[in-house]
This record gives sequence, structure tokens and C-alpha cells, in this order.
Amino acid sequence: MITHVLMPALSPQMKSGTLVRWLVEEGEAIEAGDILADVETDKATMEVEAAVSGVLLRILVSEGENVAVGAPIAAIEPTPERPAQVRAPEPARRQPEPAPVARLTVREALRQALAEEMRRDDSVFLLGEEIGAYQGTFRITQGLLEEFGPKRVVDAPIVEHAFAGLSVGAAFAGLRPVIEFMSFNFVLQALDHIVNSAAKTLYMSGGALNCPIVFRGPNGASARVGAQHAQDFSAWFAHVPGLKVVAPYTAADAKGLLKAAIRDPNPVVFLEHERLYGESFDPPADPEALVEIGVAAIARSGEDATLVSFSRGVALALQAAEQLAGQGVAVEVIDLRTLRPLDMACVIESVARTGRCVVVEEGWPQGGIGAEISARLMEEAFDLLRAPVRRVAGRDVPAPYAANLEALARPQVGDVVAALESVLYL
Amino acid sequence: MAMQPHGGAGRAEFLACDPLSSFRAMLFLRRFEERAGQMFAMGLIGGFCHLSIGQEAIAVGMRQAAHPGDPFIASYRMRGHLLASGADPRAVMAELAGRRDGLSRGKGGSIHMFAPELDFFGGHGIVAAQASIGTGLAFASAYRGDGKVCVAFLGDAAADQGQFAESLVMAQRWALPIVYVIENNQPRDGWNRLALADRGAAFRIPGEEIDGMCLASVRDAGTRALDWARAGHGPTILEMRTERYRGHSEAEPGKYRGGEKKAAPAPDPIARLRAEIVEAGLASDAELRRVDAEIRARVADAAEAAARGAEPAAAELMTDILL
Repeated sequence: MITHVLMPALSPQMKSGTLVRWLVEEGEAIEAGDILADVETDKATMEVEAAVSGVLLRILVSEGENVAVGAPIAAIEPTPERPAQVRAPEPARRQPEPAPVARLTVREALRQALAEEMRRDDSVFLLGEEIGAYQGTFRITQGLLEEFGPKRVVDAPIVEHAFAGLSVGAAFAGLRPVIEFMSFNFVLQALDHIVNSAAKTLYMSGGALNCPIVFRGPNGASARVGAQHAQDFSAWFAHVPGLKVVAPYTAADAKGLLKAAIRDPNPVVFLEHERLYGESFDPPADPEALVEIGVAAIARSGEDATLVSFSRGVALALQAAEQLAGQGVAVEVIDLRTLRPLDMACVIESVARTGRCVVVEEGWPQGGIGAEISARLMEEAFDLLRAPVRRVAGRDVPAPYAANLEALARPQVGDVVAALESVLYL
Repeated sequence: MAMQPHGGAGRAEFLACDPLSSFRAMLFLRRFEERAGQMFAMGLIGGFCHLSIGQEAIAVGMRQAAHPGDPFIASYRMRGHLLASGADPRAVMAELAGRRDGLSRGKGGSIHMFAPELDFFGGHGIVAAQASIGTGLAFASAYRGDGKVCVAFLGDAAADQGQFAESLVMAQRWALPIVYVIENNQPRDGWNRLALADRGAAFRIPGEEIDGMCLASVRDAGTRALDWARAGHGPTILEMRTERYRGHSEAEPGKYRGGEKKAAPAPDPIARLRAEIVEAGLASDAELRRVDAEIRARVADAAEAAARGAEPAAAELMTDILL
């Protein structure tokens, strides 16, 4: 009976991984527990062990190939005295992946932005935990240590408070630090320097001293990590004068906005999303182009209702808009892209046409981005509204661990559709 | 800007190491702070005013030891370091009073002043913030290889802050050119304030305990530590034992220290140097009194200008938020 070795899942949200290298050859006798191969995802590298002893009959996946979780990668014959003909595995893995036709992942877009700006300006350096030799927890900095060396790709000890402070000093001295937080949940340790030192010094010094830093990393929901690794901090930073706050959705925006953030003379909080890193988008028309900070984009045009979101919330918004299109309702989707300064002119211009607005965010509702936009529309565009503004947000609770509770705590497409129907009185 | 150079102490005055220049420099800081204390009592300075009376030898001695271009960074008790870096005393006094001609155009206050053109990087109101920001100034020097060494001044309590230990981790790991000067003004309770020079021991960072009331001792220790860092050996901790004659701030007179004011103890750094000058025949008592009168006049000029000065224009409220 042939046993198949299956592609393991290295994390709950992993859908596929890369087979890095085989450590055994076809025909080789193996013992249970032997390491057969190294596999990796964007987050981690792992060894695949043999579960049974026998002979490795066939390697089904070549090195460098991307494989779906659960797909067979090798066949083992557990009875070595009777080497049999290898049976071809089920053909799931044989379906060739569609060639990525010039599509760009958010991960690659961010990496390109970092590399291009580092090539352009010697004063730009990267500092963060595991960004060098380990290539970055989410592989954003993959290959950058090799190109730029340890002076400019600096592996930091786990001291978020002090390395945020260090970045402020380096910026005071004229460098352009780009600080990676492994997760924005760890940013609470560093909030003191981001707010008290980076954001306030230009004002406190009467304009004498500016602080050009990018604080970047994954913010918001992650799968099955519980309450301390899945918070959305968008509203916290958007509250602070002296900061710019960016939260892109598409790869082109991620690249153009990160390049703009690195060149900005102010501190910029650059909020990425773990679950967007692997998403593919059309590349920017001009690969060198900057995207202006503070300008929203119309992600989909429509005249019946305005749906406002940012970061991964835009994906929910677009799906909801698509659903309503089936009912003959044209929803306009605004991708804010920047949360401070907030492009209210774009929102109001849209609401002037639609009269209805729903705001979508992953973060908590009280004092959130939706609360702000709703209040601003009430103050600045009350007469344009034909229905009360609705917010779709994360539930007002620490993120739960159990899969069912977690799904209940996060905004879903159905919630967005329901909110749209309510403002449209459908 | 309305500041006139005649009000300025002038940077050269603080760089010269001869006894008379040193005396003038320390006395200038003291008279300035005394006047600031009076201004606070008169209601011309709001909020806080953390005086450094008694600690003058540290700011002056480290400025004398440092090279031009070496960045300085300090806490809220920083006017000594700021003035020793050559800041215009009129602009400093105007800032204390919240005036438009203030160093931060009236938007910073007594604890938020910066003079990057003089290599002075604040003026930080969060205890020990300057430890990690200073480590970043040193990181930039190492990155550029420009040969500068940062001097970061901390109070004894700031040495307890977690970010000081975190800063030591990075300074040691990357052999950063920085001297951490702990101004241990010895609170009476004595709690946990001994052996601050040894705080780097776990990181193999050398430390030295120095008589912070002796200008020559400060300058010599500072020179050694700066040379060590400039030679690429990394950080040093200098614990300067000193006395602060006044409370934590003028808003909080520090009764916990066992009395609002105590008589200046014997080793007052200025009295000590003054006696040496007279004994060596470098200047007469009368001449030194004239120096004092000149300094008082300069400080009074700055204080009176600050008292008369205009507040910032209302339009200043919403400027300098972003570049």
C-alpha cells in the first residue's frame, strides 16, 4: 500500500507553500522521522518528516514548485522487499497554476518600494526584528540583506520602545529610518516615541526639527491568533496630529505610497495587512510612480450609494458592491488609502451624488474611522444625506480565538450588504 | 527673530577650558537658573521649571570635553546643557515665558527646546526618552562614520526606566559612539540610587563614578569616555554624583528630600573654582565680583526682554504640525 506524503499546513491561513529542496532521492530507504524535504511559506520554513519507514518511490513535486496544502508531494512504499510500480498520485497538483501574467503581489510591491528607495537614497535604512538573516517574518524584506548589507538592513533586538526611540534620534540626525514592526500589536510598546517624540517634535521645536520616519508592518486581523495579535490600530494613529497615516489596499498603492512615505519629511505610520501580502493586483502603470499621500481613490464607480473603506476592508466593500450590482444597484466604493490627512473632499463629492454612505473597517466601532467619517458628513454634508450614515466595524470585543467566534467578531460581506440595503431602504 | 547676539553667552565661551572661562560659564548657568526660578515665582513661567542649580559642572565639563559637532541630548532639566551648547539666553528665557521670540516660538515651553544647529537635540519631557533617542543619534554617527559621539544626560531615576536598559542592549550590540551621563543628584531616600555606574555591567559596558561637583573631574572623565567611543569601543556610563539645591521642579519643591532648600554643601563647583582662581592669583575677588555683575546684567536683560515680549500670533497655533 503506497503512502503519500502530503504538503503540510504551517499556519491556519496557509493555502500553499513552496517545496524548497529535497533531502532524499527516489529509491532511497527511509526511516520514520527522517527529514524528507524543506518547505516554506511567506511566514515560515519547516522540515517534512517521514511518517512511515520504507522506500521513497517517487518525488511528485520538484524543487521550487508551489504546492497546495494537502496535495501529495511524494510516495512511500512501506514494504521495501516488494518495490512496486509507482502509482501516479491523484491529479490535483497536476493542474498547472495559471502563469502570473505580470500581476504583482502586495508583498512584492512593498519589497520593490523598499529596494528602489534604498538604491536611490543612502540615508534610507531598515530596522526591525528578523528582517535580515531571517528575511522578514512575512518575507517583505527578502533578499534585501543580501543586496544592501547589515549596515542598512538592521536586525533589531526585541526592544520596540527603545528602537522606536532610536529611529527618532537617527531621523533627527538626518537619516531616513524605515522601521518594521513584526505586528502592529507590538507597537503599543513603542507608542510613546511615535506619538510623544516623532509626532510632536516639529511643533514643540517651533519648526526647528523634523522627524522623517516610516513605521510600517502588518496591522489588523490575522487568523486564529487571539486577542493580542489581531488588533486594528488605524483609528489610534489617525487621531494624532503630526503623523501621516497610510493604509493601502492594492499592490500599486502599497508601492507608490510606501515610496512616497519614505520620501516624506514627516513621520508616516504605514499600515499593511497580513492577509493582503499574498494578494495579486495589476502592477502600477509606471513602476517608479509615487502615490500622493492624502488622496483617496474611487475603486468602483456608482451612483446609488457610497461605500467607504481602506486596507482589506476594500475587498469586503468590492464584494458587497458586486452583490448589489446583481440587484441593479450601483455602489461607489472609495478606497481612502490615507487615514490622516483624510480625503473628506472625495467622500463628500461622492455623497453629493449618492446621498447615502456606509463605512467599512475591521477595527472597533467606538471612536473609529467610521465614527469620524460619519461625524464629518453630519457636520459638513448633512443636507446631502438621504439616509443616516451606517458603520460596519469589528465587534466591540477583544478578538476571540475559536473560529466561529472569530468570524462573528469581524465584519463580513453580508454585514456590508445589509448596511447598504438599510441606507437604500431596500 | 529679534534676538540680538549681545545677549548670547557665545559658544566659544563654553568651549574654553581655562579657569576663568569655566568660572564664567558655570556662573552664567547658575544666575540664569536663579532668575528662571524668580520668573516662575512671579508667574511669568507656566507649568514646570526644573532647575539645575548645583549641577553646573556637568553641563560645562562635558561641553568642554566634547568636540564641536558631538550631539547633546537631555531631559527636561536641560537648560544648562542647552546654554552650554551656545543657545541664545534671550531665546531660552523667551521660551520659558511662552513668547514668540522663544527658541520654540513659544510652542515648546521649559522642557521642550531644541537647537539642532548647535547639535542640541532637546529637551525631552518623558523620563529617559533621551536615552533611546540619543542612542539613535549615535546610530546615525556610526552609520555615517562621521566620528561624532553623542552625550546623553539622564537623571538618576531615568536610569531605572526600561528604555534605558533597552538602549544599552543596542548600544552594546552595535558598539555605538555614545556616553550616557547619569546626573545622580542623590535623593535623600537613597533608594536604589547607588552604583548607577554599574548599570551597564550586564552588557559589559564600562562605567565610572565621578565627582560631578568638580569641573576638572567631569571634563577628564568625559574626555576619556568620548575618546573611547570615538576609537570605536562603544558606549560608556558616567555616573556623576552631584547635588541639586532646589526641588524636582519649581512647581514641586521636593520636601521629600528632607527640606525645601539646604545650604550649598562645601564642594559647590562654582565656589570651589572661585577659590582656586583667587588662590592661584588668576583674578582678584573684586574682579570676580565684576564678572558676576556682568553676568547678572546679561541674565536680567534676557529676563526683562522675555517679560516684555509678545505672545505668539494666533496664526501660529496651526503651523509646524507637518512639513
